[in-house]
Amino acid sequence: MLNRKKGTYTVLSNRRIAENIYELILDGYTGFITAPGQFVNVALPGFFLRRPISICDYDDYSITLVYKTVGRGTKVLATTTAGQKLDVLTGFGNGYHIKPGIQKPLLIGGGAGTPPLYGLAKALNRNRIKYTVLLGFNRAQDAFYYDKFQALGADVTLCTLDGSLGIKAQATELLKTEDLDYDYVYACGPEAMLRIIYDFSKTDGQYSFEEHMACGFGACMGCTCRTKGGSKRICKDGPVLYKDEILWDGDSLQRPEEEPAPGKEEAHA
Amino acid sequence: MPDLSVTLSGWKLDNPLIPASGTFGYGEEYKDFYDLNVLGSFSCKGTTPEPRHGNPQPRIAESESGMLNSVGLQNPGIHYVVEKVLPNMHQYFRKPIIVNIGGNSIDDFVYSAGLLDAFDNVGIIEVNISCPNLHDGGVNFASKAESAAEVTRAVKAATKKPIYMKLSPNVSSIAEIARACEKAGADGISLINTIMGMRINLRTRRPVLANTAGGLSGRAVLPVALWMVYQVYEAVDIPIMGMGGVFNAWSVIEMMLAGATAVQIGAENLRNPFVCKEILDEMPSVMEQLNIERLADMTGAAHPHQKA
Repeated sequence: MLNRKKGTYTVLSNRRIAENIYELILDGYTGFITAPGQFVNVALPGFFLRRPISICDYDDYSITLVYKTVGRGTKVLATTTAGQKLDVLTGFGNGYHIKPGIQKPLLIGGGAGTPPLYGLAKALNRNRIKYTVLLGFNRAQDAFYYDKFQALGADVTLCTLDGSLGIKAQATELLKTEDLDYDYVYACGPEAMLRIIYDFSKTDGQYSFEEHMACGFGACMGCTCRTKGGSKRICKDGPVLYKDEILWDGDSLQRPEEEPAPGKEEAHA
Repeated sequence: MPDLSVTLSGWKLDNPLIPASGTFGYGEEYKDFYDLNVLGSFSCKGTTPEPRHGNPQPRIAESESGMLNSVGLQNPGIHYVVEKVLPNMHQYFRKPIIVNIGGNSIDDFVYSAGLLDAFDNVGIIEVNISCPNLHDGGVNFASKAESAAEVTRAVKAATKKPIYMKLSPNVSSIAEIARACEKAGADGISLINTIMGMRINLRTRRPVLANTAGGLSGRAVLPVALWMVYQVYEAVDIPIMGMGGVFNAWSVIEMMLAGATAVQIGAENLRNPFVCKEILDEMPSVMEQLNIERLADMTGAAHPHQKA
């Protein structure tokens, strides 16, 4: 592979599109991005670690990120304005793979887990694959991108928990009650939601996860989970895991447990 | 042309820059960022006899100018390293590397060290004695002079490679422990490992790290590391690999002035994977600004009596 270049990106726009949800468009090199569902790692002034954010969409010259403000870092990111420069490393993680032979996949997104599915939907369009989209949000003010998915020509169903927009239901509820016609699942959302999708979907699929991480490229070992195929790093071997490799611990992905022998482990460098 | 070369136990390195253990894996993750052969060497992930999954999540937390980790020596085990990693490393790194070994018992260190002797591309064995110690009630080998010396003697007897003992800063007298390692036959000292600390989540009112505490690294620890290296330089006559909070060419030189022969870069790699290459690129101009012709002359130069 080519030697990667340090990425300097110019903010084209950064706007609020729902409650605590922002859409940031960056101008810069996108050649390291190889699949929808990958993420970027954004350096922010005043913070030691970068912020990993999934790629919502990209073309030859720009990257669209849709992110939720959850902590101090993303709140600072939300204040960036057009023309500002950001140091961004791109093309991290495996991303979604378009499985050969699928004809009618179901895309299920929950809340801030929705963005990577948009890039996937566009990739499916390019591959002339029809798909169904199921989006779940808590309330109307949390919802975003419904119209953008519709504009792709997708069959989109939107659910809110309180019924303030679309169908009043958990998106996963429809998996149980409706006779949905699909042959594959692509999912991204809170882990408890992914667990329900895992349990009630009838087919194989790919599920995107998140975890605290330091580097984003597989070096720090901060984000390890356990799978049927052994330890995997969410940042490098994920964030997308195949259904048949996922190991659950209740509603969560299985993480490393306390090592049996030494008891209290001291951190090391 | 400025001279960046340094010598560690008879091994001449092109420059003193060495990515630190636990931040660089086995080099694999960085080879797409730049040609690793520009480095002096690198210290690989702390490796134990058996593979380890490490501690529960979350095991990374951020702090002002630094980060905490409680990864807990996740590694594929020494057999994987000697069978798969070391024989293939020449594909992306053509210099000898430093293999960092960890363990819960003296036998663990001895076992791994013995397996590494056969490899020409192992330049130094870095013995991470800042790990938990089953035989001593959970206290680190590095926390007492006697136990540090005991590991040093045993590993020294098990290998012909130079051994550098990696010390913990979480002790009352770093000089005493370093001296004990030197007396027991250590070829060098490597310090500092991370400083124990914690963060607390204000909403949940619980520790951020699942393991409660973790090791602090990053720029925040540079002054602590400099002081520890400074004291050890006064205490021993063997070379020091200095590390802790180093992030640019200026801080590399500062670490050398404190007494380091070579300088390891740790947490900074995780936020900026290009940092070691950037330091090497800027080093000649920084040396010129500081009137340095030979970088090796800086080792210990801040001391009243610099060693020859």
